[in-house]
Amino acid sequence: MKILVMAGMLAAPLALAEPTAREVQDIHLRDFHTKGMVKKEAVAQDAVQRICTMSNDRPSAEVAKQLEADQMRSIAFPAGSLLGDWKRGENIAQSGRGMTFTDAAGTPNGGSCYNCHQMAAKEISYGTLGPSLQGFGKKRGADAETQKYAYGKIYNAKAYNACSQMPRLGWSGTLTEQQIKDLVAYLLDPASPVNQ
Amino acid sequence: MSRLVVLCLSLIPFTVAAQDAKKEIEKYQQMLGEGSPAELWELEGEALWKKPQGPSNASLEKCDLGLGAGKVPGAYARLPRYFKDTDQVQDLESRLVSCMSALQGRSRAEATKRVFGNADTPSELEYLVAWIVGQSRGHKMAAPVSHPKERASYELGKKVFFYRAGNWDFSCASCHGEADKRIRMQELPVLSEPAGAQLAYTTWPAYRVSSSQLKTMQWRINDCYRQMRFPEPEFASESTIALTHYLAVTAKGGAYRGPGTKR
Repeated sequence: MKILVMAGMLAAPLALAEPTAREVQDIHLRDFHTKGMVKKEAVAQDAVQRICTMSNDRPSAEVAKQLEADQMRSIAFPAGSLLGDWKRGENIAQSGRGMTFTDAAGTPNGGSCYNCHQMAAKEISYGTLGPSLQGFGKKRGADAETQKYAYGKIYNAKAYNACSQMPRLGWSGTLTEQQIKDLVAYLLDPASPVNQ
Repeated sequence: MSRLVVLCLSLIPFTVAAQDAKKEIEKYQQMLGEGSPAELWELEGEALWKKPQGPSNASLEKCDLGLGAGKVPGAYARLPRYFKDTDQVQDLESRLVSCMSALQGRSRAEATKRVFGNADTPSELEYLVAWIVGQSRGHKMAAPVSHPKERASYELGKKVFFYRAGNWDFSCASCHGEADKRIRMQELPVLSEPAGAQLAYTTWPAYRVSSSQLKTMQWRINDCYRQMRFPEPEFASESTIALTHYLAVTAKGGAYRGPGTKR
């Protein structure tokens, strides 16, 4: 009898059918609500979020290429120099304010850069989720192509790596064109502490 | 002399400074744990559990947290779980609300009107949670996954954990998916693996020194979503309970040590 019970337990399905991507999204849309500046609709997934979630952040090379090309088209590159003011850029890199459901509308957003990246050597409180950017400009220089890469990467990181964990800071409306230029200067300007 | 000290200090490589800062933080955390005020929350919670309240003027002493009416020791280590009377998988907070309704005759709206308190006025749930989880200290985590609804909840929780969305494209795994990472100086456990899930789950709920308050698991999840730039999750909704269930099951076997003390 005991053996029968055990056999029955073993025969029972160990996992039910997993909920589909659409079902999981519908559950999120039902279980989250708009608060402050964050609208409930933000829990619905766009193509990048959906494909990265479904592929465990490893889409096929072809799909990744297509996604990156689509995201690249979202970047509005301003004409002329993309180098702003590195001193303002430092404050933006340090600030983690903005875009949460408790942030007051109208306060300037930060880039939260230090949450994930090492940059200036003097700042010891840095995160390690992203690569170290110490000496970023020292290694690469600050020519037009490098400025464009840094600007684009901050504006929409998914244009360069489809399932990057880095937020699309320009695309999402987190940072303004001027703020991104200031961050580009913080990364590239030889006088910036990032390059000291 | 002082100039010499400054000079010497400035010569110490920054990696050493970072390691020192880490050691200091560890020391601080140890000191916090030794003098935790969480005990006061536990005492208050026990009194509230026994206090007759609501239209039925009844206490919560007959509340079934999964091990039978009024059986509190070890109950938290076996939550979330499926409850026949509500036909749902429930975590501790949602179960308490069910008991307030069934035993005390209170409406859900009244029982949940203040689920997160502040330092001046903690929420009733925070006191109750502190006492109940303390009654599981030393018990090994054993949230069940045998009922079909428990298996479905676990599977949904896993999906919720890896679901990328919001203005910043984050999922829980964006920060809690890779070993040895940190945000600023804060180390991040990998919550999808037993060691990391045990570390986190067995020390939550916790007294938070920075807010002078005991914080529940529902609060912890709410504040993670806030920092992920998601909209606000509904208190004790299916997704937050499923996520809690996924974490609890992943933490299986770890001895519960809470309520903990956090910075």
